[in-house]
Amino acid sequence: MNWRRASIAVLGAVPVIALFAWGLTRDPNEIVSPLPGRQAPTFALGVFASGEGTLARPVGDTIALDRMRGQVVVLNFWASWCLACLDEHAELSAAALRYAERPVQFVGVLYNDVAAAGTNWIARQGGQAYPSVLDPGARTAIDYGLYGVPETFVIDGAGRVVYKHIGPVSAALLRMKIDSLLAASAVAPAAPALDGPR
Amino acid sequence: MSRVALGIVAVAAMLLAAPVARAQSAAQTAKDAASQAPAAVRPPPGGTISAADSVLEARTSALASTLRCPVCQGLSIQDSPSELAQQMRSVVRDHLAAGKTDREVRAYFISKYGEWILLSPQPYGFNLLVYALPVFLLVGGLGFVVMKVRSWTAVSANGVAAEGAAAAIAGQASEPEQGTASPVD
Repeated sequence: MNWRRASIAVLGAVPVIALFAWGLTRDPNEIVSPLPGRQAPTFALGVFASGEGTLARPVGDTIALDRMRGQVVVLNFWASWCLACLDEHAELSAAALRYAERPVQFVGVLYNDVAAAGTNWIARQGGQAYPSVLDPGARTAIDYGLYGVPETFVIDGAGRVVYKHIGPVSAALLRMKIDSLLAASAVAPAAPALDGPR
Repeated sequence: MSRVALGIVAVAAMLLAAPVARAQSAAQTAKDAASQAPAAVRPPPGGTISAADSVLEARTSALASTLRCPVCQGLSIQDSPSELAQQMRSVVRDHLAAGKTDREVRAYFISKYGEWILLSPQPYGFNLLVYALPVFLLVGGLGFVVMKVRSWTAVSANGVAAEGAAAAIAGQASEPEQGTASPVD
């Protein structure tokens, strides 16, 4: 009789304990983005910080994703009020310079901030190698499912989101992602041509 | 006895049904507002802007109340004062003003943030567990209580009240047949 009771109690408790154990392996704050693997949301945003050297784009120019087909695009959302953005700033600029001669385009998107604060921040950091654009009303940020800064998206030549990174990104990680995309496009040179008729 | 049990079940069902009915009527109101809204909100010539505006505003806040604010803890974008929530609310308003349905706007946010963005999970598949389990547990619990009460009262009605009650108080007379024959211990 007691054995029967005990086994019923165990049978009842095991699924509950298993559920809780499974819950412990999950981060409740993590929002799994549905974007990787999908077509990247398009944008056409105005440059407010030009960037440097060969990567520079004039202030006021429009950077549109549609016009960067065939290129790997690294889209980095940042803000002058964002502390973690300080950590990744040098890494991003270094990576941008490293791929200056390759079909790779780095774009910074200022998130919930004003242009003047953004340019001041860039000046304090000793410059930013690549151009940054303004995102009025955070429309592009919402299109990319953003919920904080910094967040970085890697978009392939066909305009698909390949990777989303939350938090400060490292040069090594960027290099890994970009190199694999460049290698893939080198192996299959027909890929950019496929984009033509679309 | 069975009348008492029926009464308990009926009260529980009413308690359970009330919030569901309220939620349904709220959803209906939102739906009505949605169906009355014009395809695209434009100031009617010579008419008042405020009527169309208030309908749009009502739809926006009804829809925004169902979407989770990404930078808050358990708040909807309707209730959050954060900048991102306000911007998301204006995205909702613009999409509705452009003639999109509530479902389309919700689908837009799901395609960006995943189903996480919905404050209450969509009732299908695995999510159904969230809706079914409380009802199941409540009904099962009530059934258990009714069963126990019946077995206890059945013991005392059998005319062996002293033994049965003593055993029941001791918490050992879960099985009345055995309890009446010879108390455990």
